[in-house]
Amino acid sequence: MSAENARRVLLSEWTKIRSVRSTLWTLVTAIVVTVALGMLISGLIGHNFDDLSPHERMTFDPTFISFAGTSLGQLALIAFGILVVSNEYSTGMIRASLTAVPVRGVLMAAKLAVAAALALVVGMVTSFLAFFLGQSVLGEHSTDIGQPGVLRAVFGGGLYMGLIALFAMGAAWTLRSPMLSFGILIPFFFLISGILANVPATEKVGHYLPDQAGSRVMRVMDDGEQPYGPWAGLLIMTIWVVGALLAGYAVLRKRDA
Amino acid sequence: MTGTTGDNMIEAVGLTKSYGARTAVYNLTFRVQPGKVTGFLGPNGAGKSTTMRMILGLDHPTGGSVTIGGYPYRQLPNAPRQVGALLDANAKHGGRSARAHLLCLAQLSGIPARRVDEVLGVVGLSEVARRRSKAFSLGMGQRLGIAAALLGDPQVLLFDEPVNGLDPEGILWVRNLMRRLAAEGRTVFVSSHLMSEMAQTADHLIVIGRGQLMADLPVRDFIAANSTDFARVRTPDGDEAAREALVKALGDAGGQVHPEADGALKVVGLPLPRISDLAHEADTRLWELSPHQASLEEAYMRMTQGAVDFRSTADQRAGLVQQAPAPGYAPGHTPGYAPGYAPPQQPYVPPQPPVQAQPPVQPQAPVPAQRAAGATMALGVPALPPTPPASPPPVAAPADIPEQPAPSRPEDAR
Amino acid sequence: MIELAGLTKRYGRTTAVQDLTFSVRPGVVTGFLGPNGSGKSTTMRMILGLDHPSAGQVRIDGRRYHQLADPLTHIGALLEAKAVHPGRTAYHHLLCLAQSNDIPLRRIDDVLDLVGLAGVAKKRPKGFSLGMGQRLGIASALLGDPRILMFDEPVNGLDPEGIQWIRNLMKRLAAEGRTVFVSSHLMSEMALTADHLIVIGQGRLLADTSMARFIEENARTFVRVRSPDHERLRAALERAGGRPRQCPDGSLEIEDLPAARVGELAAENDVVLHELSHQQASLEEAFMRLTHESVEYHARAGR
Repeated sequence: MSAENARRVLLSEWTKIRSVRSTLWTLVTAIVVTVALGMLISGLIGHNFDDLSPHERMTFDPTFISFAGTSLGQLALIAFGILVVSNEYSTGMIRASLTAVPVRGVLMAAKLAVAAALALVVGMVTSFLAFFLGQSVLGEHSTDIGQPGVLRAVFGGGLYMGLIALFAMGAAWTLRSPMLSFGILIPFFFLISGILANVPATEKVGHYLPDQAGSRVMRVMDDGEQPYGPWAGLLIMTIWVVGALLAGYAVLRKRDA
Repeated sequence: MTGTTGDNMIEAVGLTKSYGARTAVYNLTFRVQPGKVTGFLGPNGAGKSTTMRMILGLDHPTGGSVTIGGYPYRQLPNAPRQVGALLDANAKHGGRSARAHLLCLAQLSGIPARRVDEVLGVVGLSEVARRRSKAFSLGMGQRLGIAAALLGDPQVLLFDEPVNGLDPEGILWVRNLMRRLAAEGRTVFVSSHLMSEMAQTADHLIVIGRGQLMADLPVRDFIAANSTDFARVRTPDGDEAAREALVKALGDAGGQVHPEADGALKVVGLPLPRISDLAHEADTRLWELSPHQASLEEAYMRMTQGAVDFRSTADQRAGLVQQAPAPGYAPGHTPGYAPGYAPPQQPYVPPQPPVQAQPPVQPQAPVPAQRAAGATMALGVPALPPTPPASPPPVAAPADIPEQPAPSRPEDAR
Repeated sequence: MIELAGLTKRYGRTTAVQDLTFSVRPGVVTGFLGPNGSGKSTTMRMILGLDHPSAGQVRIDGRRYHQLADPLTHIGALLEAKAVHPGRTAYHHLLCLAQSNDIPLRRIDDVLDLVGLAGVAKKRPKGFSLGMGQRLGIASALLGDPRILMFDEPVNGLDPEGIQWIRNLMKRLAAEGRTVFVSSHLMSEMALTADHLIVIGQGRLLADTSMARFIEENARTFVRVRSPDHERLRAALERAGGRPRQCPDGSLEIEDLPAARVGELAAENDVVLHELSHQQASLEEAFMRLTHESVEYHARAGR
């Protein structure tokens, strides 16, 4: 594939994404929800800091607190990832897309590149906004970007959001149907993963789930619960993402459109 | 079967429907008689569906009324057993099986369950009766809709685009079904965009354009009134002299002669026996002398020309313009029509209630007289001298798409 | 040119398309006929590389679909099912297709104009009628100004004007030397549009012939003559070995003599003719006869 060819397909995918309003709204929602919820929780905790137990005060992680909105905000990015891919199937657009760009890998790579870049930008904006605004309401308990590990956590938060969208895209490519994708991914990330990671019996497995592992990078204070460091956690998440994308690619290659 | 045939007539009187400032249907007065298939034609957005919905009491008329057997639909005693309708094939009931869907309808109107299996057999869905209709193709959905319409064994049937999505066998089946229903004395009212289908199915036509009645007459009369018949003549292959002689003789006798792509001649304005005589006089043998009746499509196009919304700039009726006459072939003098073979000089006049054909009130309303008079023009021959150019000049087929758009018009976006 | 060689598609144990071999040539409109479920859509999807054949292959201008550089400039297709995101405007839909195949952007306005959608280019197809959706699909097919065009049930949802327009469009595209491959269930429409026919039933090729030959081979044709000098004509025809049949309306039907021969006979015998026409059965009749037999055959064979 020539660079010229790549440029065209990328441009085309960019047109596709920017011309559907519902997809763009998910990105706006991701920013607003993550930042607003992060501020709210930061504000509440900052206000009630004195009520915390000594242990909680010892391990208090102001950076991570300002990312409290991520748990909900990531759902919007997952929705973005699902919509970008599975809408092609549910509307039949995939047939037009594949007749225009018949080499499956090219189409998929271009769509991933554009959508992931967009998700990454949104993720970074969200992450930095959530951090700074969160710190501003934490008041005296806040930290700043210059402290050790803080910049890594904020930057990692942006990466996390980009990766979660990519994971959703891989899953959507595997599952095709938007209903199925939403029905599996949203409950999983909203509830099940959290439960698995907090129930002692499944805790060990739960730590290796993509969101649990990936969110380690947003912590500055190590609470010692997870058996890996921030970058190792992100690597585990990346492996999940790669796995999902490979599965999606296999389905796209093998199955009839 | 209940009642006499007169009980089952659909009758619209001054039927009008406005949506705010927009008038969808204006002052429609017509009757749909039992025992016949009545076709309901009109461009998209002409108000066909609105009219059908008003007949079924789904939309309220803003003026006038429409009755079935003398009653407005809502006051019909036991309406589901009197009237059956297929309106929108896409109105599916995904989760339910075909049988459950019909059973539910049957129970609503007190129809015995046995009838459900009967109609499923009639429409050929017995084998898939227990499958969920979500998995149905467009054609199967259509058959299910027809089954629902037939459920109450009604005397009055309305079908909106019944052959949509059906395969050739299904199309043939629907055509025969409608003819059979009419032959049984029922009232059958069918809308369709497929003129060739209509020509084979309908006995009578009601044509509307921009919500107004444009024609209400038998199919045969409609075609005769809105198109030009012609004859196809072929001289022995390779005998150019004979051909030239015949062309000259026909031209001198007042016929208009156009060469066709396959070497035959198209002759307008002379009856077949006269052509035969002329050939004989010119000592030309004929290999073909066949009458051609214009198609319903041609007649319809000519009639509705002015009634199409969003008219585009260029003429898309180029298909009617068979071949531009080659120089020397189209005689420039006034054609003399032989009696009995001339295209009608009079506009059609709807036979029953004549008031219906009053020129519409809208400013851009079609004036049938002009169209009928301009009929010869659209065939690519010089117009009769006094005729104002009512139809757009014929446009030769463009050589290339990008440079020569032949725009069409969008359908109504409802 | 589209070439199919031994194209086969199986879904589990059912065979949707079996060993199809045919070519669709440029310069004519080729009709693609078959009853519902005969494999037409599957075949069209395999031509476009959307479905993978279980065996055999398709070549577009000698190449496999995925080997085409900028495929939309080689082949444009309208598929029966909608292939448009309802939330993306008609213009943007065409824009993303144009960009992916390096098609000049002014071409978008050209095709929108051509199909009559210029006025609603900025509208989302959510509110489009079936006919408008169809026109947008046709615009997408024409976008790359391709030499090969494929239409699956193009008149679906169009009104009489639209039907006539698409018919003329297809004929014009063929007259320009393009390859036009079109499927339809409307036999009367096909009879007006197509020059050549490919008929399949139960996934197998049943016919690949010209329209005229197809009708000739699958339905009755005869010559109808009318003459004031009816008895003399009948005698002349019988002498020439024909077996004219008297019709209730006073005309004669002859199956075993061609029209030209009847004309010559009339001239030799100085008989005036008032009609001499070659009568052909309809495409529908021919199609029914052919596919009906095939269905029966397969039903018996399946037992």
